[in-house]
Amino acid sequence: MSPPRDLKVMFQGRLQAFHCDLAFTVPGQGVTALMGPSGCGKTTILRAIAGLHRFKNGFCALGDVIWQKPGVFVPPHRRSVGYVFQEPSLLPHLSVRQNLLYGAPAQAGGGMPTLDEITSVLGLTNLLHRRPAGLSGGEQQRVAIGRALLAAPEFLLMDEPLSALDRDRKNTIISFLKRLPIPILYVSHDSDEISKISSEIIRFVDGSIIRTNRFEPDADTITTITRICQQPEDRSGHREERRHG
Amino acid sequence: MAMQSLPPDLWQAAWLTVRLATTATIFLLAFSLPLAYWLARGASLWKDAIFTAVSLPLVLPPSVLGYYLLLALGPSGPGGWLARISGAGQTLAFTFWGLVLGSVLYSLPFAVQPIHNAFEAIGPRPLEVAAMLRASPWRAFWTVAVPLAWPGILSGAILGFAHTVGEFGIVLMIGGDIPGRTRVLSVALYDYVENSQWREANIIAEGMVIFSFAIIFLMSLLRRRIGRYQS
Repeated sequence: MSPPRDLKVMFQGRLQAFHCDLAFTVPGQGVTALMGPSGCGKTTILRAIAGLHRFKNGFCALGDVIWQKPGVFVPPHRRSVGYVFQEPSLLPHLSVRQNLLYGAPAQAGGGMPTLDEITSVLGLTNLLHRRPAGLSGGEQQRVAIGRALLAAPEFLLMDEPLSALDRDRKNTIISFLKRLPIPILYVSHDSDEISKISSEIIRFVDGSIIRTNRFEPDADTITTITRICQQPEDRSGHREERRHG
Repeated sequence: MAMQSLPPDLWQAAWLTVRLATTATIFLLAFSLPLAYWLARGASLWKDAIFTAVSLPLVLPPSVLGYYLLLALGPSGPGGWLARISGAGQTLAFTFWGLVLGSVLYSLPFAVQPIHNAFEAIGPRPLEVAAMLRASPWRAFWTVAVPLAWPGILSGAILGFAHTVGEFGIVLMIGGDIPGRTRVLSVALYDYVENSQWREANIIAEGMVIFSFAIIFLMSLLRRRIGRYQS
């Protein structure tokens, strides 16, 4: 296996209501959590890393493979990145099995799990011939995770991938994800989930990083960040009130 | 038995119509699929202009389109040049392939619009999913976009076919009325009426009504299937 490769990210440009100017490094192993209140643009950051969103000015590289820099923009399908979207987004015309194998290379390797391991860990064995429309939200999420892993990515982006799962299933999948040989950038609102899964945490607000550190549950910090991020909304809210009054 | 007593020129016109509509539909699909896909992905003023140009036959009188096509296909237009270098004579007007070209242009909006709507209804996500699973845009198109849009694609093909069967003005302008080459059913109907052959005229008219009913009925059955994946 190749040595761990960091993901280096620098993005500048508009991000929702804010001007975004951020730079951070995701370690080449383990699970790194990306935290921040909703509406802060975490999903956009994941999309930009995947190549689905383009910041005017940006740099993005996995190890020495550059995905984006001025004059260079590698299209999404040429980036060896996996993405578990916030919505399961299964391909509706394919069976669970066909979804799982859609991106699977002919020869997998690098210590990534096989179809059999995936289906047993994620509890999909009895669902393989079903269509996505007949699955529950939690089942769909598990298929989406398995599908991303079977494509054998070198880096995995996950956007609240466990939100529809019950506690037991969550714990099984969390310990499974922690054993994977690839680095993961993980977005979640659930601080309990984050404390279990992540070795690093990146917090950001208004499109800029507050700090990167080892995770220590710190409720005060999180509340403060929430308040800063919601300020612009609050101000417009006051204006509304005044107009009504 | 009624069938056997039909004049052979009616059969000839019917067979020519089917050949013309089938050929035109194949070309229509070949143009409409990439065009509609391109138009459905992201908006720009340039795309709106192209979409408008493609939609022009919806409002232009067929004779206007036929007039320009006649100039283009005739001896001094590009069609004449094409006919000369391919050794087909002096002009593409009044030929089967001239009619195919006219039909494709004339029926293009009827094929492009349902296909465009179907591609648009898929939304960007399934294609993003395909890209994240490292499918090339080509593979994503054939394995995700086309299977998800197939009811719309089928509607486009059926509408294009039906519309080609029903065209009249443009055929008269660029095709004339040559039995076996350009006399399609709609033109034959006109001829029969002119010659007071009411029985033959009736057969064509009734056949057209039944055919059109069947097509629109089929379309509404298809439309019900479109929502199938969206649960």
